[in-house]
Amino acid sequence: MRVSYNWLAEYVDLKNIDPYQLADLLTAAGVEVDAVIATGKEIENVVVGYVRERVQHPNAERLSLCQVELAGGRVEQIICGAQNVDSGQKVAVAQVGATLPGGFIIKQAKLRGIDSCGMICSADELGLDKKFFSKEVAEGILVLDEDTQIGDDIRDVLHLNDHILDLELTPNRADCLSMIGVAYEVAAILDRELTLPENTLTEQIDTGGRVKIKLTASDGCPHYAARLLRNVRVEESPEWLRNRLIAAGIRPINNLVDVTNYVLMEYGQPLHAFDFKAVKGGVIDVRFARAGEEITTLDGQLRKLDSEMLLITDEEKAIAIAGVMGGANSEVVSDTIEVLLESAFFNSTSVGKTVRKLDLRSEASVRFEKGVDPNRIYGAVNRAAELLVKIAGAEIVGDIYEAKVREPVAKKIQLNPVKQNLVMGTNLTIEQMLDIFRRLRFTVQESGGSYIVEVPTRRGDITIEEDLAEELARIYGYDNIPITLPVSVYTRGGLTDKQKLFRRIKRNLEASGLNEVITYTLVSEATANRSNNLFTDLVPLKLLTPLSEEREYLRTQLLTNLLAVAEYNTNRQEPNIRIFEIGRVFSSEPEAGKLPVKERRVLAGLLTGDLPRYYADKTTTVDFFYTKGVIEELFNELGLSNIEYQATVVNDYHPGRTAKILYKGEQIGLFGEVHPELAEEFDLKRVYLFELDYDRLLELTTLEIEYKRLPKYPAVERDLALVVDESVSNYEAAHLIRNTARDLLESLELFDVYTGAQIGEGKKSLAYALTFRSNDKTLIDEEITALIQKIIKKLEDRLQAEIRK
Amino acid sequence: MKDRLEQLKLRAVQEIANATTLAALQEVKIRYLGKKGPITEVSRGLSALSVEERPLVGQLINLLKEELADSIAVKEEGLKKEAIKQQLVAETIDVTLPGKPLVQANAHPLSGIIAEIEDIFVGLGFEIAEGPEVEHDFYNFEALNLPKDHPAREMQDTFYITEEVLLRTHTSPVQIRAMLEKKGEGPVKIICPGAVYRRDDDDATHSHQFTQIEGLVVDKQIAMSDLKGLLLSFAQEMFGADTKIRLRPSFFPFTEPSAEVDVTCFFCHGEGCNICKQTGWIEILGSGMVHPRVLDNAGFDSSKYTGLAFGLGVERIAMLKYGIEDIRHFYTNDLRFLEQFRMI
Repeated sequence: MRVSYNWLAEYVDLKNIDPYQLADLLTAAGVEVDAVIATGKEIENVVVGYVRERVQHPNAERLSLCQVELAGGRVEQIICGAQNVDSGQKVAVAQVGATLPGGFIIKQAKLRGIDSCGMICSADELGLDKKFFSKEVAEGILVLDEDTQIGDDIRDVLHLNDHILDLELTPNRADCLSMIGVAYEVAAILDRELTLPENTLTEQIDTGGRVKIKLTASDGCPHYAARLLRNVRVEESPEWLRNRLIAAGIRPINNLVDVTNYVLMEYGQPLHAFDFKAVKGGVIDVRFARAGEEITTLDGQLRKLDSEMLLITDEEKAIAIAGVMGGANSEVVSDTIEVLLESAFFNSTSVGKTVRKLDLRSEASVRFEKGVDPNRIYGAVNRAAELLVKIAGAEIVGDIYEAKVREPVAKKIQLNPVKQNLVMGTNLTIEQMLDIFRRLRFTVQESGGSYIVEVPTRRGDITIEEDLAEELARIYGYDNIPITLPVSVYTRGGLTDKQKLFRRIKRNLEASGLNEVITYTLVSEATANRSNNLFTDLVPLKLLTPLSEEREYLRTQLLTNLLAVAEYNTNRQEPNIRIFEIGRVFSSEPEAGKLPVKERRVLAGLLTGDLPRYYADKTTTVDFFYTKGVIEELFNELGLSNIEYQATVVNDYHPGRTAKILYKGEQIGLFGEVHPELAEEFDLKRVYLFELDYDRLLELTTLEIEYKRLPKYPAVERDLALVVDESVSNYEAAHLIRNTARDLLESLELFDVYTGAQIGEGKKSLAYALTFRSNDKTLIDEEITALIQKIIKKLEDRLQAEIRK
Repeated sequence: MKDRLEQLKLRAVQEIANATTLAALQEVKIRYLGKKGPITEVSRGLSALSVEERPLVGQLINLLKEELADSIAVKEEGLKKEAIKQQLVAETIDVTLPGKPLVQANAHPLSGIIAEIEDIFVGLGFEIAEGPEVEHDFYNFEALNLPKDHPAREMQDTFYITEEVLLRTHTSPVQIRAMLEKKGEGPVKIICPGAVYRRDDDDATHSHQFTQIEGLVVDKQIAMSDLKGLLLSFAQEMFGADTKIRLRPSFFPFTEPSAEVDVTCFFCHGEGCNICKQTGWIEILGSGMVHPRVLDNAGFDSSKYTGLAFGLGVERIAMLKYGIEDIRHFYTNDLRFLEQFRMI
């Protein structure tokens, strides 16, 4: 909503309040002013001139040589290139030394050998938006009304000494979609008098005249009024009216349309003009559309209607979509003699539905959808009729024709001052509250110490006590509300154990050199359907209303997103990537109850490339075991010690370099090298990924610390190197050693793996450092030797191991 | 004999002085004081002396031994010091060479800000509540006073999965779930961080996925002044102790009264700059008193309870605070972007 400061000043006294102060006050009261636009700010020394004579420039076919009369009968010679310039016109003349928008300064010039002292201006050159003018005016010079005074400052003539307040209204403040509505608001904020436009017409109701109005769908339209006007002289509107509309951001068309738009801006009440000869039988019936009904709207589009769409019809056909747009069949045309001017109240839900179904919006529909004041129907139609009489020579036929099923009712709300103060946290007296309602022009009735606020119909947004609190608070000033903290019973607050773990897990991975990433939930169909090695049972979910194919499904795994991040960074010369994400994946589960969706969380990571290079060291490239180290470090931090790894072959992973992660036999994740074909898809080389069932990980983690007293007795260390078949895993050998040594084995560390000629083909050597310790005595050599012998025997028997001496 | 001892002494002292290394000194020590050394040899000759002379010469020999041992010790200490000194000189390094890199990384900036905000409110007695991202229409809209056909639903274009199921458009449904869980018994004091989704084309300032944090307090005496207090406390923790806040009336279907909240611009401290468009204020969040219908829908008796609520966009805060120019950076995860937020 664009509000002209000068126009507003006709309704409210704005003395000593400049436009910028007014904007701040409105914003502070909840009517946000997005911008204050000073019109004509840069225009100086541009005046009205009269073209006395126009002849063709002797040396240029397309230029005109004009003798222009200015103030005091002074005549200047001005050369003009516009095609529409002619003698007898009043025009805007930028005199020598004038400034125009953009800092353009007019100088005396010689054009094709002849002096030109000034410039005749176009609308564009005066900084007026072309969209407000017809094509011929927009392309040529601006021709002013004949009764304009020669020598007058153009800013006064075109109302360019104004300020436009551009309101950014919240959806509830539909009342401020009109000048009168804004005037009420400003009068309340400033606590000043309000002067509303006075109508000379009064609403006499015509009972048996030429128009019959029926409300078949009175739910959608409880009140429909109209006036019949004859001999409307359709022509260009006077300067003042055009300027007002331009200030409001509306393009002037002709006096009839302009008046309806003017009243729309002034009262907020949409009006519609029908060519009365197209209204068959003089009958107006407001009803819902019938099956299969159609109408061609004013914009030339054929609209298919349905039974939820409210129509204005005559005896036989639809002539408008109520509150949205008129029909082409009843449009006012050049030979229109009688005009029927509609002023009605249409139900906002009904208009809203129609607008959405037809995807058709208009200035009228916007207002009906947000709700108009049902008490301005007469005022608006009378105001329009009066203006058309004045500027278009119209004659009024009869009084108001109308049908009405009910009177608008002002909402009554009980005012409980204690509750109001409680909600605001203030200590306003009842007198202060009553004073605020007086300023808002809300009536308050008191009886026996209880107060009833009667809310004017223009404020349809106010329906409950809390709405009154907002009115009180915003006029009192949000700034004046005290600052306190909630007084309440003790609440501990804090993070749950799982929330703490979440942070701990992230911190651990970050400390291991993995950056956290966050990627999009919505993915392509191909990504959603990529094989899922962690949750094999997920059913991808598709959006009903996607924006693009790229983001059509909810993700089922994180790996593709991580690979995409790696690709993105690699393409930007960063091939060394270590990242992780903890994110949700989604699956369709129709049986899951109210929400047919299961959300699970996955912890996934990706590593590729080199670790930071150090000049003195050999560069480390991340590999399977580096990745495994990251995972093991995480499990160590979480105190999960019974983790086992088992080789596995799954889609998208390297068949020889992938492991399942098991906790007591249950798979909680997997990791490994990405299959080279998949890596290639993302232009990557060797990439390592891990995926963990995050929710399960949280469940398994207890973070309980089992304290052990420091040992009293010394440890005994022995190394054991064995040669086994290459197919024997470290796990098998270590497991066997542990199980045989039992409690006395404090730790076992693999310190060498060797394959080579020395030990023969198909064999490998595994060397372990064993540490033995007893809790209750010092171990003697014989005991250890016997134990080692026992271990060796087991290794020989079970794994056909040879012990290296 | 005395003369011989004198000569020995002179020679020994000379050799001790000449020793430049610990090894050489050790050699001198062995040569003179060792079992096969000249002093031992002289001692053996004592038996050939008269009874009177014997103790005198014996004393001289002992004296000489002590003297030599002392001067060797002194010399040794000096040489050791010298050796360490030389070692240290030899070991001098270029201290400006780079340190060995440890591999450490950091949280995503959005996580960092979320944790920072969580901690502020946890300190004020709040708990952290979470909820599903795929939501039922009831929790996302209807319970929040946004019935079907409500024009404000257009304000949040939605990704639907079925007619009734959608990707949440805000974190407010978590409030409804949290309140329902309390079965009408206050107080409720929660903040809810999480991803939300709007049907928006991605550009520098719009993202179809973004992050919100909402706060909710429901109890029997909660007032708008409490909202101001909590938000001031938050703003001063987040943006600096001298930060001021300003509430402006606004509209949200789920709060009444409603307020937009501005903080004093943290670049110009309220003096006016390009970031705050010369106003001195930056809008950071929406807030208000919980609409009584929302309380009732969530099982709280609105005639007994009142509540306050606020919500903010985490990306917006991050973009304002760090001058980040494109919201898409948060989701493309360029490492050069992520690594700048180590200090969060």
